Amino acid sequence: MKIIFWLCAAIMIIVITFMGAYIIIGGLPFFSHTNIISFLLGKKWNPSGEIFGIFPMLITSIYSTIGATFIGVIIGISTAIVLVEILPSKIAKVFSAGIDLLAGIPSVIYGFWGLVVMVPIINKFWGGKGAGSSLLAAILILSIMILPTIIRMTEVSLRAVPIEYKEAALGLGASKLQYIFNVQIGAAKSGIMAGIVLGIGRALGETMAVILVSGNAAIIPKSLVDPVRTLTANIAIEMGYASGVHQQALFATGMVLFALIMFINFFLTKFLKSAERRNGNASKA
Amino acid sequence: MNNIISIKDLSFYYSDFEALKNINLDVVEKEVLAFIGPSGCGKSTLLRIVNRMSDLAENPKVKGSITFHDQEIFDIDTIELRKKIGMVFQKPNPFPMSIYDNISYGPRMQGIKKKSELDEIVEDSLKKAAIWDEVKDKLRKNAISVSGGQQQRICIARSIAMRPEVLLMDEPTSALDPISTSKMEDLISELKKQYTIVIVTHNMQQAARISDRTAFFLLGEVIEVGDTRTIFNLPKEKKTEDYITGRFG
Amino acid sequence: MQVKLKDKITFVTLIIISSITILVLLCILGYIILKGWNNIDIMKMIPPIIATLYMIVIGLGIAAPLGIGAAIYLNEYAKQGRFVRSIRFATESLAAVPSILFGLFGMMFFLTTLKLGFSILSGALTISMMVLPTMVKTTEEALKTVPVSYREGSLALGASKFATIAKVVLPSALPGILTGVVLGTGRIVGETAAIYLTAGTMFKLPTSPMDTGRTLAVHLYLLAKEGISFAEAYGTALVLLIVILFLNLCTYYIGGKLNKSKAK
Repeated sequence: MKIIFWLCAAIMIIVITFMGAYIIIGGLPFFSHTNIISFLLGKKWNPSGEIFGIFPMLITSIYSTIGATFIGVIIGISTAIVLVEILPSKIAKVFSAGIDLLAGIPSVIYGFWGLVVMVPIINKFWGGKGAGSSLLAAILILSIMILPTIIRMTEVSLRAVPIEYKEAALGLGASKLQYIFNVQIGAAKSGIMAGIVLGIGRALGETMAVILVSGNAAIIPKSLVDPVRTLTANIAIEMGYASGVHQQALFATGMVLFALIMFINFFLTKFLKSAERRNGNASKA
Repeated sequence: MNNIISIKDLSFYYSDFEALKNINLDVVEKEVLAFIGPSGCGKSTLLRIVNRMSDLAENPKVKGSITFHDQEIFDIDTIELRKKIGMVFQKPNPFPMSIYDNISYGPRMQGIKKKSELDEIVEDSLKKAAIWDEVKDKLRKNAISVSGGQQQRICIARSIAMRPEVLLMDEPTSALDPISTSKMEDLISELKKQYTIVIVTHNMQQAARISDRTAFFLLGEVIEVGDTRTIFNLPKEKKTEDYITGRFG
Repeated sequence: MQVKLKDKITFVTLIIISSITILVLLCILGYIILKGWNNIDIMKMIPPIIATLYMIVIGLGIAAPLGIGAAIYLNEYAKQGRFVRSIRFATESLAAVPSILFGLFGMMFFLTTLKLGFSILSGALTISMMVLPTMVKTTEEALKTVPVSYREGSLALGASKFATIAKVVLPSALPGILTGVVLGTGRIVGETAAIYLTAGTMFKLPTSPMDTGRTLAVHLYLLAKEGISFAEAYGTALVLLIVILFLNLCTYYIGGKLNKSKAK
């Protein structure tokens, strides 16, 4: 019986390796057509003319992720603090259930809502070449989508901070808010960062919601209300009819996306670990 | 009476730590043999070797011989061995199932499926564990919802349902209140009519009350073993005397 | 006094910022409920619903046994070492891959190489890969909550390791495992990108796993993109929302049962 379970576990390795290899093999031939620098920095994406530059999409993905993370972190951490330390527990439970619901809402619904609510509002107040479909819309929708992740992780980490710290701080005459900002958040840092990394991953990888609200123009955004296209949208939109080099280009885009995510995961985790070592492990895991 | 278990020159290591040194000890059929000694001196370790729960330790190594009915324990199939040598743990650990299912767990594993047979075994075991009257109307109740003392007796009944020859008890009353403890001690005195019992205990008075023979452990060795009355009144070794009179431990 | 003022400002700021979260939630829910309420046309939604059900059953049918098996190996049998570390790394990586890449892979491998074509099966195979890490993680957590003493008690009665796992550990870990299944279902119901590229977009009633069809989420996406019938889109969105709400309630129910059984 042990063998059967062992096989199940081994499948995990087989799956990821196979998948990774498949995508790499699908995309690698592309680089004999276009070299990687022209691919990453190329400003024109023109499949019929066999010109493949993903810089506009790359920069869009980066902008939208940074923007969404920024907003998501501010709102998310504030919400978590209020949830854990300020709200009375009965209300907090309802609130928490609401956030769970937010977490479970499929991305299409966010996209759809963004399309029928946000895009017209943006159009009304700011206009723009995409009639509201824009980088701004993408950023706003993405930040809403990563909110639950950040809130949950922050909430769990805050709750995990030993109550002895609070007692010590209050006993020294600190106010509750002073404790939260000067001690608790520091102690919860690694968990909060982990939540942020997860959020970043989600924002980078989101596809359908972004397609519905961002306008899908493969251009470099010069303003927030320009229509844009992310790396993920690029793949999803064109995969249905791509072939030959075009298809390889999309695989290559996938490789870049994956590399980006792994890169961020890796470096942020490393940065976290060294920061924790520097601060002497203030938080209890 | 025969020696049902014989231990000769047994040494035991886990993770390169020598937990037991050159143990020589016999267990007589249908006796109550108590292991006493200060914390960490190997009593529980030796107990767990008898039913090979020691296999679960980190890097276990055994030297020497330990036999059950003259057969080397490490040559016997573990599962068969544990059917004949049952164990009751320090903290009662009934399964999160009904009392009935707890007791019938073992017999069902052995292939007994007929309800009437299982009913009989459950009733018999619970009677032998002196708890039938208390639970006969709530056999379907979850076993973890009853009191600690009752849980422990349910665990004993669960072991008895396997019809073992030996019962190993690892500080069975240390987690119980005094009244449950006293009920348990009465039970052990009854059980020994049918089963051989080896009991590890921290409580010297308990050992004096219920055991026929006692073995005193210190730092992984058996310092002295013998008739309980002798050990407690006229110990041969000074170390034994020191422990019994409370000079340490 | 300076502190008190600073505190008050911080407090108010926090409350204002966090109320944005609630406002957004209410806005989204409210809008969809209000606009979708009159537009639920169940008849038109039956094909996608059937397709979604197929996807859930087949997808979980593959991912659950594999995931549970892997978790059992990791928690009950494995010894720390390179193999275990690689499995964990593989699981974490699988969890980090964005859904579009799964769609990309699924489209090339299941659709083309294995010649399954646009089909529920292609979609289900793809989505099972996505749900696998969830199953492994939640099952492992559930297994960890089973006290060691239960295992010892069973082994001491002469049960084999496998019997112990099957008859004591798994039943005890069941609530947690079920939570994982519900989470997986939620993921499958909400997934769009990967299914879009593998199961297809035709609006038809699938009669077998080899048939093509669109799931509810894909249906909503296409309705929104085509922009023809927003009314239908609202209705679909509301139905999706109700399904997710129901699944959430399931997890609370299971969680409540779990707490009751550990109460003693």
